[in-house]
Amino acid sequence: MSETSQSLPPPPVRFGSLMRMNGLIRKEFLQILRDPSSIAIAFLMPFFLLLLFGYGVSLDAEHVPVALVVEAPDPETASLAGSFMASRYFSPTVYSRMSEAITAMNERRADAIVHLRSDFGRMIYSSGGAPIQVIIEGSDANTGRLVSGYIEGTVQIWLAQQARFKGQSLQAPVDMRPRIWFNSEVRSQNFLVPGLIAVIMTLIGALLTSMVVAREWERGTMEALAVTPVTMTEILLGKLIPYFILGMGGMILAVSMAYFLFEVPLRGSLWLLIATSALFLLVALGMGLLISIIARNQFVAGQVAIIVTFLPAFILSGFIFDIASMPVGVQVITHLIAARYYVAILQTIFLAGDIWSVIVPNTMALFVMAVFFLGVSRRKARKRLD
Amino acid sequence: MWRRIVALMRKEFLAILKDKKSRIVLIGPPIIQLLVFGYAATYDLNQVPFAVYNEDQGEASRDLLAKLRLSPTFHEVAIVTHDAEIAPLIDSKKALLLIHLGPDFSRNLDQGIPAPLQVIVDGRNSNTAMIALNYIQSIVEVFNKEWNATQQLGTPRAYLVIRAWFNPNLESRWFIVPGIIGLLTLVVTMLVTALSVAREREQGTFDQLLVTPMRPTEIVLGKALPGFIIGFAEATLIMVVAVYWFRVPLLGHLVTLYIGLFLFLLSAIGVGLMISSISLTQQQGLLGAFLFLVPSIILSGFTTPIANMPPAVQYVTYINPLRYFMVVLRAVFLQGAPFLSLLNQFWPMALIGIVTLSLAGWLFRHRMS
Amino acid sequence: MLTKDSTSDSANSAGQVLDFKDVTKVFKSGNRSVEALQGVSFQVRPGVITGLIGPDGAGKTTIMRLAAGLLIPSSGRITFFGVDILQHPSRVQSSLGYMPQHFGLYEDLTVRENLDLYADLQGVGHSERPARYSQLLDMTGLAPFTSRLAGQLSGGMKQKLGLACTLVRSPSLLLLDEPTVGVDPVSRRELWAIVGGLVKSEGMSVLLSTAYLDEAERCSWVVLFHEGKILGEGTPMNFSAPMKGRTFSVSASGIQKRSMQQRLMDNPSVVDAVIQGEQVRVVVKSGVQTDAESLLPGAGDVMLREVEPRFEDGFISLLRERVAETSQRMSFDIGELSSSQALSAASGPIIKVQDLERRFGDFYAVRGITFDVGRGEIFGLLGANGAGKSTTFRMLCGLLPASGGTLRVAGLDLRHSAATARGRIGYMSQKFSLYGMLSVLENLQFFGSAYGLDRRRRATRIDWALEQFELQPVSSDTSADLPLGYKQRLALACALMHEPDILFLDEPTSGVDPLARREFWRRISALAERGITVMVTTHFMEEAEYCDRLAIMAAGEILALGTPEQIKDRMRTDSQPEPTMEDAFIGLLEEHERMEANAA
Repeated sequence: MSETSQSLPPPPVRFGSLMRMNGLIRKEFLQILRDPSSIAIAFLMPFFLLLLFGYGVSLDAEHVPVALVVEAPDPETASLAGSFMASRYFSPTVYSRMSEAITAMNERRADAIVHLRSDFGRMIYSSGGAPIQVIIEGSDANTGRLVSGYIEGTVQIWLAQQARFKGQSLQAPVDMRPRIWFNSEVRSQNFLVPGLIAVIMTLIGALLTSMVVAREWERGTMEALAVTPVTMTEILLGKLIPYFILGMGGMILAVSMAYFLFEVPLRGSLWLLIATSALFLLVALGMGLLISIIARNQFVAGQVAIIVTFLPAFILSGFIFDIASMPVGVQVITHLIAARYYVAILQTIFLAGDIWSVIVPNTMALFVMAVFFLGVSRRKARKRLD
Repeated sequence: MWRRIVALMRKEFLAILKDKKSRIVLIGPPIIQLLVFGYAATYDLNQVPFAVYNEDQGEASRDLLAKLRLSPTFHEVAIVTHDAEIAPLIDSKKALLLIHLGPDFSRNLDQGIPAPLQVIVDGRNSNTAMIALNYIQSIVEVFNKEWNATQQLGTPRAYLVIRAWFNPNLESRWFIVPGIIGLLTLVVTMLVTALSVAREREQGTFDQLLVTPMRPTEIVLGKALPGFIIGFAEATLIMVVAVYWFRVPLLGHLVTLYIGLFLFLLSAIGVGLMISSISLTQQQGLLGAFLFLVPSIILSGFTTPIANMPPAVQYVTYINPLRYFMVVLRAVFLQGAPFLSLLNQFWPMALIGIVTLSLAGWLFRHRMS
Repeated sequence: MLTKDSTSDSANSAGQVLDFKDVTKVFKSGNRSVEALQGVSFQVRPGVITGLIGPDGAGKTTIMRLAAGLLIPSSGRITFFGVDILQHPSRVQSSLGYMPQHFGLYEDLTVRENLDLYADLQGVGHSERPARYSQLLDMTGLAPFTSRLAGQLSGGMKQKLGLACTLVRSPSLLLLDEPTVGVDPVSRRELWAIVGGLVKSEGMSVLLSTAYLDEAERCSWVVLFHEGKILGEGTPMNFSAPMKGRTFSVSASGIQKRSMQQRLMDNPSVVDAVIQGEQVRVVVKSGVQTDAESLLPGAGDVMLREVEPRFEDGFISLLRERVAETSQRMSFDIGELSSSQALSAASGPIIKVQDLERRFGDFYAVRGITFDVGRGEIFGLLGANGAGKSTTFRMLCGLLPASGGTLRVAGLDLRHSAATARGRIGYMSQKFSLYGMLSVLENLQFFGSAYGLDRRRRATRIDWALEQFELQPVSSDTSADLPLGYKQRLALACALMHEPDILFLDEPTSGVDPLARREFWRRISALAERGITVMVTTHFMEEAEYCDRLAIMAAGEILALGTPEQIKDRMRTDSQPEPTMEDAFIGLLEEHERMEANAA
């Protein structure tokens, strides 16, 4: 190099960004392989969480403890008690005094009291009929409502039986005949498991990427990378592609568990499920990437990722709580939660099929979010330190 | 001894409260989450979109539909005239359910023949579907009762008189909001404690602390007490919002509630400090806190009853302190449960707290890089 | 010797590789703004090594990052071969080689994989690679380790791998940010040999920053930094030449070396006095009449010998001129002796270590070391990063259980002894671990209480600490924002709050500027004179001279144990009649390696 050279040396021969990307992706995969924590996050976490929650989260009440208070036993009360005994929804205990039943309820040994007073046998033949007093433990309103429905159904069946024995017909004037589409056996797992996949993948997507860019800054490797011909787009793609592949692996694991283990029917097409899942994963990874770029510190990135992913996805995605019933202000907020769109897509593809009127608008929303997160990440990502 | 503990406490407080970011993390998210979740987390339905397919021209059908339309729970979004229109409405989620009255509805009623009322409901969220059906069922029952009365028909030989105790209108919010108290208190105490030792280890100050004459017990106390104070303050704030903003009744005794809170904080702080003393870096602490938080929230009975879980999972919940505190909160708030009836919830929390705190103290010295 | 003025004229800057013109850099954190660089102008010449010399916090890393286009200057202009870095960052970056602090390596990748990554990023064709790799691996001596993970290399090997990665495609300018920090002296010498070779054979231009003053002498051009400003620039000779005739080696038979140094420092005509073996090396003010009597009045048998000036002498005297004298205390009062010290004034070693061993898995961090330390002694553990110094230290303080052997501190194993026994030791950890969020006063209050001082005693000790360590003006400042020198003083003050018998200091001077280091050692000497035992680790070879006795450690073993003179004597040969501590260290390491090789 001569002392008089006044111009910048020519840039190196361009081998295209392909070689650089290839190098970055290979590096990331090697790091993933050597540090098993990301593999654990991608595969073990969905496996255990889905296993635990798939079995643990259920809204189907069975064997509800019920206190049956029979003050004066006779054939009628015996047959009504028999109806309760026979139902899979109840595990009844018979008491002879109301006070005992109330004690049981206060001690959380009974969720409901069915009270047959001493004049039950007499009143049943009166013109007005006999009252059956029911007390529901209402603090868990949802369970309370379910239990009250079960009790009504059981009593209705008993009344119809009684009428038939007596040769009468007892028919309600209007007979409601519900048909539950998409989930006729009313298994709550059928809708909870797809919802859980959305919540878990939000978490995993954000956790996988939220720390990786911050890690490079913290360990000083980003400084060394930055002073090479590599562009920021290449660095970001070099992060996104490996974790996308890893995340898709976790996603396929979760979907297989839903189908094979929890026996959630898959009525839509598999390719659509995979395509929309890929899109959702991009959103989740993009969100993690953005957090990571802004935080530049693994610790803050992790903290933010936890605050903005899990609880919002759990409560505001509509996977368990109906969005339409929320106040308008809260409904507006739910539009910012990517899991909301994915829950709608998943529940539809699994239980209903390829219903384009649901899939298209939700996919569009996911697409917009993906573009937003990745676009902002690209804009915010600087090779500079300040 | 107390001088050293007070000094450590003072230092912890200064470290937490001097940093603007951590002050915000402690106060901002819990309040926002309480408000948003308090409104969002409810199983109660309102404005359920429904469609009507009425082939009947009679007066009875109009009466029944009027009852539905007047209910605040339901909101009519479409009128259907052909079978083919039904599927797109439900599929696209425009309507959650469809009421179908056949051409003979009124005639059947007049002739005393049971008139079928077909209800098609979107079961993608089967819980919502079942709740909506229950609402319709009760409207139908009211109609039936009135019909029987006007038509002088015989009444059934027995009828139900249903009352709900503790929550007469079966409002989910009464159930969920006390749960959120437990949830957010747990999140905040974990954030305060799960990183406190790990942070000091990372910055090297923990070594500095260990070479002072402080005993592990003193360090545990000095680290735990700020968590207690912050936890008590935070929980009290959230309770005030629950009672005065969300109007959740508080029937029980505050003393019982605070004993429960104390024991819950004891166990939560114990778990937090244990995670913290196992972790060598803040990142491990964060991940550990997170891996504890997620299952303990889901398996606490906060949203879905523990009784519905399979027995194996139910056993797992016994090591979850939030499970016990959920019971305490709801029992004290809604049922006014007396102290003695909650003993079975109290002792497991105390046990978890003592075990985890002792382990944390032991780990201070024995967990080394 | 160059006669050029230290501020070079801008007329010839066009031919320079890198040109900083009036560059200022302000960092904002919250509502505070810190001026890291204040109007800095200098050039990097082609084909030579330019050194940026200065203590931590002087602004060296900021300059490096500005040069690499990683930071934008707040004002001023930086050009690279006449091209503005701000306008064409990627063009400039593609012809730079930049090795950040900590070398920018992926520790979970192997040597080969690191090289591959950087070759991909730099666009080195696959056909060129084999030749380039073998050249780089030969040069760095990494050829046998290509499949080893970078994280499992020693500090010196990491440093060389980092260098190899930046050289994958030969850059026109090589930027090395503190490449020798925490690296053993052997590796330091090797690095300098490699870089020197590159400059000679490829005509590469190098900009290198360092806090080691002795490295400045290896640069062709030196830019001295202090607190964001250029203190001076020139060839190393420019700095040492004016000191000619002002540097002496003093020895006196009747006086202990440390007190002799004290007395010399207190002499107003002395600029600098450092211990060197049994002598004290003195730099006097210019134009001062120098004789034995004026330097050490009243002492008999004083020998005065003029010695060759060093770069460091010039630096110190420049610093003394610029930096206000206020921070130079002439005396240090450690306060009254507490009763516990009087009680324990028994004879015999206060620290006894026998066959101490520490394993992590199947890796021996410390392997069978034995030594003891007497009361009032300054005992040093000397070695590179990873030699086992800190592990030994942590075991002595009871922070880490030993895997084997015995250790006694004041007759106790601190790991199992009662908490009160820990009240007799003071501990200052690496990196001056303090509670950063707390103010200076709050830190002192906390440690005072943590050591169980009652309210009155705490108050007196806090007053003492604020006074003796000159912390009064910053007492309400957040300690994380303090300059490193202040942090070091505060950390020492905290460790002394309870007047311990034994003081453990782990790397107490790393990164601190030379003046602060001298001041620090002055305090330590004063403590030792009052009977406090001091145990210290350091990787600065010249600091070994302050110790009464020291142990040189490498790979978990003690290579040599004794007084500084005894250790240097071992390496005294005909070819090396006056070995420095660094020479002795390198000699010991080589001897050790030869023995290992023979055994294997």
